[in-house]
Amino acid sequence: MGTLPLFLRLAGASLQGQARYPASALMLTVGQFLATGIEVVAVWALFHRFGDLGGWRLGEVAVFYGLVNCMFAIADALGRGFDVLGTEFLRTGHFDRLLLRPRPLTLQLMGHDLRISRLGRLMQGLMVLGFGTVQAGVDWRPETVGLALFALAGGTALFLGILVLQGTLAFWTTESLEVANVLTYGGVEAAQYPLAIYAAWFRRLLTFAVPLACVAYYPVLAILGRGDPLGAPGWVGWASPLAGFAFLGLSFMAWKAGVRRYTSTGS
Amino acid sequence: MPQILVDQLHKTYRVAERAPGLGGALRGLLRRRHRTVQALAGVSFALERGELLGFIGPNGAGKSTTVKILAGILRPDVGRVEIDGRAPWDDRERHVQRIGVVFGQRTQLWWDLPVQEGFDLLRDIYRVDPARYRRTRDELVALLRLAHVLDQPVRQLSLGQRMRAEIAAALLHEPDILFLDEPTIGLDAPSKLAVRDFVRRANRERGTTVLLTTHDMHDIEALAERVIIIGHGRVLADGPTEALRAQVLAERRLVVDFAHEAPAHLALPGVTLRHREGQTLALDFDPALTSAPALIARIAAEHAVEDLRLEGLSIEEVISRFYALHGAADT
Amino acid sequence: MNWRERLRPYRAAFAARFLQMLQYRSAALAGFATQCWWGGIKVMVLAAFYAGAQASAPMPLHQAITYTWLAQGLLALLPWTADPEVAQAVRTGAVAYDRLRPVDAYALWYARTTGWIAARVLPRLALMALFAAVLLPLAGWTDWAWRASAGAAAGLFALLSMGLALLVSASMVMLLNIATAAALNERGINALAVPVVIVLSGNLLPLALLPDAWQTLLLLQPLAALVDIPMRLYFGQLAGGQAWRGLGLQCFWLALFVGAGHAALGRTMRRLEIQGG
Repeated sequence: MGTLPLFLRLAGASLQGQARYPASALMLTVGQFLATGIEVVAVWALFHRFGDLGGWRLGEVAVFYGLVNCMFAIADALGRGFDVLGTEFLRTGHFDRLLLRPRPLTLQLMGHDLRISRLGRLMQGLMVLGFGTVQAGVDWRPETVGLALFALAGGTALFLGILVLQGTLAFWTTESLEVANVLTYGGVEAAQYPLAIYAAWFRRLLTFAVPLACVAYYPVLAILGRGDPLGAPGWVGWASPLAGFAFLGLSFMAWKAGVRRYTSTGS
Repeated sequence: MPQILVDQLHKTYRVAERAPGLGGALRGLLRRRHRTVQALAGVSFALERGELLGFIGPNGAGKSTTVKILAGILRPDVGRVEIDGRAPWDDRERHVQRIGVVFGQRTQLWWDLPVQEGFDLLRDIYRVDPARYRRTRDELVALLRLAHVLDQPVRQLSLGQRMRAEIAAALLHEPDILFLDEPTIGLDAPSKLAVRDFVRRANRERGTTVLLTTHDMHDIEALAERVIIIGHGRVLADGPTEALRAQVLAERRLVVDFAHEAPAHLALPGVTLRHREGQTLALDFDPALTSAPALIARIAAEHAVEDLRLEGLSIEEVISRFYALHGAADT
Repeated sequence: MNWRERLRPYRAAFAARFLQMLQYRSAALAGFATQCWWGGIKVMVLAAFYAGAQASAPMPLHQAITYTWLAQGLLALLPWTADPEVAQAVRTGAVAYDRLRPVDAYALWYARTTGWIAARVLPRLALMALFAAVLLPLAGWTDWAWRASAGAAAGLFALLSMGLALLVSASMVMLLNIATAAALNERGINALAVPVVIVLSGNLLPLALLPDAWQTLLLLQPLAALVDIPMRLYFGQLAGGQAWRGLGLQCFWLALFVGAGHAALGRTMRRLEIQGG
């Protein structure tokens, strides 16, 4: 069985396991939907009171918000294996079993425990995106749809890369890896808003260190057909999602180093 | 050309030491103290295709480390390993395709899935041809008597059932080499027998090379014609089980419960009194000089005996005898 | 028995739980970085919104910023989940022993829960104060920092109010504890409770920034007693007579939840007795 079909098989097995407890799965999904959705209340309330955010309207911010949440929802679903690598695989010795299978480790981990509840965030993101489309009057032509999908893929790659890095850290330390949450949940929080509203140093951090701007800000600008108040040329948004893939590539390199360390020091 | 060649394996672990208390924890943040544990200090041996080798040693001797290195999931510090001419860790996916590994007490099957579905998933992971898979699976299920647990989730199985399913799982892709790391640990007697019986069959009928690690002497006696004794990371003995028995296991122990106070000494050749407490006496004897039946008859003739039992030496005693015989072995 | 003796078991229960929780150093530190980041982003977003239309804001930006930092520091006050020790006591059956002790079961649990919450709030609050009230101004970012209260009196009232907030929080968590002891499904409650608690407590946004139409309701709901009332006192929005009324509102909620909790626990314990649990 080839790589992609096997991934689907593993993912399917994971979903099957959760489907045995449908009530619980539903409740968790609804819970996720609400938990990730309350931010929307904040955004809405602030727009209600202030009218606009530094020149950005509610609909436009909704597009940023919705897209970023969709990206993270998918990456989160795929990246759980890396998230729990330390506790569920390294500490228990179960990682050895993954090494004993004639399949790539990353594939096995991505197919591990694909949580249905992540649909909660995905649905919330899609709804907000839909709302933003209407409010901001987004023109969904083939190019903009393509760009949105490209950005979605790049953003998913970026968040997945962060999760892979978090997992890689587990090879070196069993201590608290919460700092990675700063990049994942914190990254979502930051990228939900157009980066133009932040101070220069922060924007640079989010463009070059962890290229959230490349997968969210610039592509959405292009989709909205807006010029960049910071002066970047228009074509940037069409190419920048590549940074997400590059980031993922670098993460995988670090991952390989981590696996190598594991096989030389043992568990 | 041996199928498995192991040459001068050395492996050292660094174990972090934690000092107790709050102060220790804080200091631990700043500077980690390490203790080095030498798991392997020069292990060498060779295995031909189709051999069944028993690897016995006490805890911490280096058995699991050796298995992990041979499986390719751990790299040694120094030393050469060749399996079919290649190092196990050179091409991981290719190597693990042809081996099966069973770790005692740990399962590779999916906890929440029925056994059957776990098997099917392994078929896909190992890319086994569906027709061959069905044949192999049916055979394994029959031999290991798994028919009635196939549709149960793994977490509901008893340890014995889980171990049998585990062994079946390891053989579904018809590996050339089977590594069994303490497979009978924690099992009840019938399950142990079933496992031993099955492993013997797999080796004889299919020609699967088997390397079995254990610290239960009975596993070795039941299965292995050749045994390696490993202690403190070194090979202490490597040869036919019979020879080992002759060398070190010559002595056997007889424990006698007398009707009255146990006698202080027995005038019998080749018999050493080991332990005396109240009415019980433990003595070691060499069966070559006095056979067990003869010894028992002599004692029963001269004393009133209530109960007696024969024991073999534990592996720890074997190892310590070995050190006594050979000194700290040179590599 | 004088009152000191009477309080002994409860003081001991509080101290034991408090010290036990303080040991979890990593739990105190972990998540702190995330909170600083979170607070930082919230603050930057608020500033961006304010930049557009300062005039229509019910509170000046620097107050909204201080509020945000303090709300992060007081995060552990939010009644999200029951004390895990209670769940464990229910599972192991130890809960029945509390009936046998010559102390009031509610008061004992209450003391333990208060210790649990206090041990989680105080370190985080201190760390947040260090970061937002000391480090940020030192780094030259006074605009983004946690500013001082509106005078000494305001500060004292706020401190008193936070103490009351701790007690109110404990009384709310007690209700969750009792629900757990009564084996009610906490998971479902949790899924809905978390978002509601975050919004109504002022953790998401300072309550005053939520729509004007909601304000009366927001002030009258019990979760406002945890962070919002202390904040209003801190900023001097409630001063003099108003301040006492604010504290009084907190006391009202405290009395209400303690009373309800006490009655509910009594019923639950009796039912456990009947079931032989």
